[in-house]
This record gives sequence, C-alpha cells and structure tokens, in this order.
Amino acid sequence: MLTSGAIAGAVRSAIAEAATTLRADVYRAMERAWVEEPSPSGRDVLSRILENARIAGRDRVPLCQDTGTTWVWVELGAEECPGSDLLAAIDDAVAQAYREGGLRMSVLRDALVDRANTGDNTPAFLDVTLRPGTGATVHVMLKGGGSDNASALGMLEPAAGMEGVKRFVVDRVSAKGSCACPPLVLGVGVGGTFDSVGKLAKKALLRSVGTPASDPRVAAFEAEVLEAVNALGIGPGGLGGRTTALAVHVVTAPCHIAALPVAVNLGCSAMRSATVEIA
Amino acid sequence: MSDPVRITIPGDTAMLRGLPAGTAVLLSGPVYTARDATHVRLVTDIEAGTPPLDLREQVLFYAGPTPAAAGRPVGSVGPTTASRMDAWTPQLHAAGVAATIGKGVRSAAVREACVADHAVYLATVGGIAALLATCVRTAETVAYADLGAEALVRMELDDLPVWVAIDAAGVDWYEQARAKWVRELPPSPDRGVEPR
Repeated sequence: MLTSGAIAGAVRSAIAEAATTLRADVYRAMERAWVEEPSPSGRDVLSRILENARIAGRDRVPLCQDTGTTWVWVELGAEECPGSDLLAAIDDAVAQAYREGGLRMSVLRDALVDRANTGDNTPAFLDVTLRPGTGATVHVMLKGGGSDNASALGMLEPAAGMEGVKRFVVDRVSAKGSCACPPLVLGVGVGGTFDSVGKLAKKALLRSVGTPASDPRVAAFEAEVLEAVNALGIGPGGLGGRTTALAVHVVTAPCHIAALPVAVNLGCSAMRSATVEIA
Repeated sequence: MSDPVRITIPGDTAMLRGLPAGTAVLLSGPVYTARDATHVRLVTDIEAGTPPLDLREQVLFYAGPTPAAAGRPVGSVGPTTASRMDAWTPQLHAAGVAATIGKGVRSAAVREACVADHAVYLATVGGIAALLATCVRTAETVAYADLGAEALVRMELDDLPVWVAIDAAGVDWYEQARAKWVRELPPSPDRGVEPR
C-alpha cells in the first residue's frame, strides 16, 4: 500500500538528485555538441557546461543558482489511496530538500499583491494524474525563471498549420533564446486546450534527449524545427554558433475543430529533472 | 573572441569602461548583487537620498546565489536575465554605476545609457553556477537581508569569466556574434493546402 510518506520521500530524493546532477542524456548531448560545434566560443561554452556538471556532482552543489520552482507530477496507480495529507507531505518534502540541499528559495507568496519570499520554496506546483494499477511514478522538475520567462503560449488559427507552429517556436527562440541559457531543449505542445497545452510542452522536456517522437510525422517535424532554430546563429551561451538547441520535443494532442493551440517551454542548458518509480 | 584581459576593480574600472564589445575579461574585485526586488529598493532609496552604498564606479552583478557550500562562500552563483533590469539601468548608470553583469540581450535604452554614461554591460554564461562560484572569494550581505535570495550582497571576485556584451560605443556583441553564424535555410517543404 503506497503511503503519502513514500511519495514525499521520492520527491525529496528527486530534488537533491536533480539540483546537483546534469541529466545523463543532456550531458551526452552536450558532449556530442562539443564535438560538432564549429564556433570556437561556442565550444568554449560547451566545455564549461560539462566542467560545471563535474564540479556540481563532485562538490554536491547546485548546477545553477536558480534552483527553480518545484514542479511535481505524480502518476498515481488508480488502486492506490495514499491519504489526504499527500499535498502537505509533498510541500514538507520540498521545504526539507531545499533547506538540506542548500538550494535557493525562489518562490513568492503571491504574484500580484504579495511578492514576499515564502522562505522555503513552497508551495510545490503539483499535478496528480491517475493510471491503471498500483504504484506511482514521481517526476520532479526544478524550473528556472529565465527559461520559463522565455517560454510562450499561442492560440493559433488552424490555417496557420505546421508552418505557423514552426514559426511560432522559431520566433520565440529568436527573440528570447539568449536569455534562456542555450543550448536549449525545446518542449513543444500542440493541441489540447488553452490550459492544457502548456503542460504538454513541459512534459515534453521529460523525454530523453536524443529520442525522437514515436510518430514519424512528428519526428520529421521535430527535425525540421531543430534545423530552423539552429540556423538562428545564437549558439551556446548566446556567443554565436550552430548549437542553439540540442533537441526539439513535440507532444501533440486532440483539439477543438476551431483550434491550434501551441506552447513552447524552453529547457535551459542546466535543465533539471528526475524521475522516481515506486513499486 | 580574443584571449581574456585581466581586469581588477576598482583600480582598472576606467579601463573596463573603455573595453570594446567582444573582449573576453577575467574580472576580479568587489561587485554587488542586485536582482528585481533589489532594484526596486535601491531606486527607492536613491530617490529618498539614502542609498545603501555609494554607487559611483561600482559594478552590479544580476545574481542571487545559493547559500555557502563546499567550503566556499556561495554554493552556486551565476547571472540572471539582464533585460528584467533594463527599466532601472539608465538611472543607475546616471548615478555612476560603471558596469553591470548579466545574461542575454538588452534594450536599445540600455545601449544608449552605456553610450551616454560611458558604461559597459558584461555578460557571462548562465547555467554554469557551480563553476562560477569557484571565482567568488567572499560574500557578505550589506543591505536588504529580508529579501532573502534578492539581498544586496558584496562579492569579492577572483577571475570571473565575462565578456563585453555592450560597450560604451553602444556596440552589441550578442548581435555581432549571432550575425556571424546565422544562415539562410531553403524554403520549408511544400505541404500543399493544409487540411481544414
């Protein structure tokens, strides 16, 4: 029987892991980019990103000083009933992990009327979804403000088509890419509704870098957008080069006959997430 | 970009103000951290005639570090997006600030302020904060401690790698660097008429 304590424990260990460890898939993609990047300044930035990952891992210090908002996504087996204290247990886990890990407290009480720091990085930004069976998969993402600010959501008209979606993504990276710590991973959501398309984009960042979408039509579109983004010239650190993004991950969904919702969530060079499976 | 120039402030501040865009710099000496909320306080206090420090010839670092760790005064520290501070930057340069350190492109107003007040915008790489923290010798909160991560902290730097992103002639290195690597792609594949 899965308890709220077990889920909170997974959240705590995932935060510690994510804050100090560059995802293995991202590290490998950076190494590959270092080999392929023709810009000397770009290569220099890539080598520093790799060195940073080694220092953070060795000294157990955060990869980036912006240790982010804490997004927790629990995919919960529908047969489980972890208890009514789940939300409080997750917030407690966030506060404890940020305090123990020496992470930065970056959450305010209210965006509009009370911009005072909560002091413990709570509340967590939490999603719970159900799946068949037992157990749970706990995803944690520490999302930096710079890359989230550079993200965007648009309700396109269907006539805009694939070309419109591509232009939306490329224009956003062109305008904001240098502020979001490139090389980037672009999470792109297409479809759903106004409120859900942003979540598609964010979830797309969880996919392993180097793994294309399973639908070959979507995979071809990902490659096309990546080529266009990497023609922008922004490069690693914004210092010029070919590697503005490591990957484009597109997640699609059904939508209304009148709609073409699109969202792009920029993942930075220190994109941090961890996933814990609880049997 | 050329081999880096070693600059130690305050002694070399006049030299720093005159460096051309694209110059790589290893920066040493005292800087003051200031993010969004810090700027709000700073500008309010300047207007009230009670600034927490004399800003003339100082360098502001757009950063909010993590707590001390691994035997270092800060665990991790790196630049935050500079454009969020654009609204206040002309006023701070007019008050004597010699340079700012951040990441990302900035507004035309900041370029004009750099020209008007002979100041520079220095950029560094975001997302390598464990590495940059090894360039911080001391960190001491001097004002606005209640802001937590946004407190005004005096940091003594030792060879922080930065580059001149906007110089006192208004040249923008982000634009220049990008122009060298941008390329035209052939038109998108013809998808015909999209199904409606």
